[in-house]
Amino acid sequence: MTDTQKSTWQTKVGLAEMLKGGVIMDVTNAEQAKIAEEAGAVAVMALERVPSDIRRDGGVARMSDPQMIRDIMATVTIPVMAKARIGHFAEAQILEALGVDFVDESEVLTPADDLYHIDKHAFKVPFVCGCRDLGEALRRIGEGAAMIRTKGEAGSGNIVEAVRHMRTVMSEIRKLQGMGKEEMMTEAKNLGAPYDLVCWVAEHGKLPVPNFSAGGIATPADASLMRQLGAEAVFVGSGIFKSTDPAKRAKAIVDATTYYDKPEMLAEISVGLGDAMPGLDIRKMDESEMMANRGW
Amino acid sequence: MTNPKSEIRNPKPMVVGVLAVQGAVEKHIKALERCGVHAIPVRFCAELDDVQGLIIPGGESTTVGKLMDRYGLDKKIVERVGEGMCVYGTCTGMILLAKNIVDSDQHRLGLMDTTILRNAFGRQVDSFEADLSIDEIAGPPVHAIFIRAPYATECGEGVLTLAEVDGHPVLMRQDNLLASAFHPELTDDTRVHEYFISMVRCQVSPRCEQSVPQVSRLFDK
Repeated sequence: MTDTQKSTWQTKVGLAEMLKGGVIMDVTNAEQAKIAEEAGAVAVMALERVPSDIRRDGGVARMSDPQMIRDIMATVTIPVMAKARIGHFAEAQILEALGVDFVDESEVLTPADDLYHIDKHAFKVPFVCGCRDLGEALRRIGEGAAMIRTKGEAGSGNIVEAVRHMRTVMSEIRKLQGMGKEEMMTEAKNLGAPYDLVCWVAEHGKLPVPNFSAGGIATPADASLMRQLGAEAVFVGSGIFKSTDPAKRAKAIVDATTYYDKPEMLAEISVGLGDAMPGLDIRKMDESEMMANRGW
Repeated sequence: MTNPKSEIRNPKPMVVGVLAVQGAVEKHIKALERCGVHAIPVRFCAELDDVQGLIIPGGESTTVGKLMDRYGLDKKIVERVGEGMCVYGTCTGMILLAKNIVDSDQHRLGLMDTTILRNAFGRQVDSFEADLSIDEIAGPPVHAIFIRAPYATECGEGVLTLAEVDGHPVLMRQDNLLASAFHPELTDDTRVHEYFISMVRCQVSPRCEQSVPQVSRLFDK
């Protein structure tokens, strides 16, 4: 037998690397998962209700039924992700036991712990976590997240929060790059982020793990915008299956994520997709309705 | 007027493309640059005319296959391979190069006489690292990272297996095609990339036997 080391940090971040340039789609059943795979999704996120429905229904949103996740895993060959509540390490343990390929410790579900996120280093399965700024991204990476996604505002169909969070992260990275070594500890304190990771970002000009975008992407142009702002891949939640022609829109967003910087192609890709999901005006939302404010 | 003989004496600088429709593109470009080779991302058919070698990186094989089909890249790659372009497929690339994929009718190039089993070692929690001894690559074992990796269940006569894990082929060569189930682009070790570059060099310059003994040894077999 060849001597092997399983589930190392390299294999976790490695899977995130392989998803770059792709689209990860929220699906609620095996049929939707098949549509997503056919459209060219690099992975699917299995959950019982898309964020816009969670928002509408209210109440506590929890990890999905394992049988639903199993059905989706049996239907598609692409990686399957699933969500655990922030801090709910028991849900994460169950998802790992199910054999999902990535766990999303997600603000879309109702947080289980208002002080601590999951110790993600303790798991074999890799984790993705949301962030609104560089400090939050580095805290999650410090805890063991192998992929970061800016949060945006899930289920809103409105790109403005996704843009704000990505611009904030990229701007803070650029700011670090202009600082001297002696400024790093103070900046680490200001960001509330591990010193070593702050130094790493200052030296390399990017996050130490892939940086994707989520929360509000509803059109091919939205995907293009986020890619041009620095997202290495995109998550699309409610945007696909809350639109009038999910299969066509899913394919269009996949193509737009690859040819994000070619407006002539995006013009063709964006033709005849039917109606996008209805969106929400973030300014009219109450603080308590904002999913992005969950987690710290 | 271009004189073909002078072209051999002063060959154009080598350019290797990395198929950039989806996947770990940037890591391969960095690895090629560390080897001193000019590398470009390839998303359009016309860009394939400018490269002597192409790397198909790790990614999702169904996604990359569909995008190659939608934008005509698959036909163009097959045409360029017929003209001598070398292709190195890592993971997804190894799947897409294969003639047969177990239990799948997904898009593929079908150039390599192999049958590939996807996710052959298991799902993500079974992803692993291992040291591989590869005869054709000098020095210490190659530290290889396998992520939801495939292996070959069958290889045709023209396919040379260069490395195995538990008896399963994970690095194979057939003429101007190279395929690995692992990801050398994720480590700092550039020896597998250098091996591929030596294959490209052989296609470009007929005098390669002097400079690349390992590859000429393979040709003798």
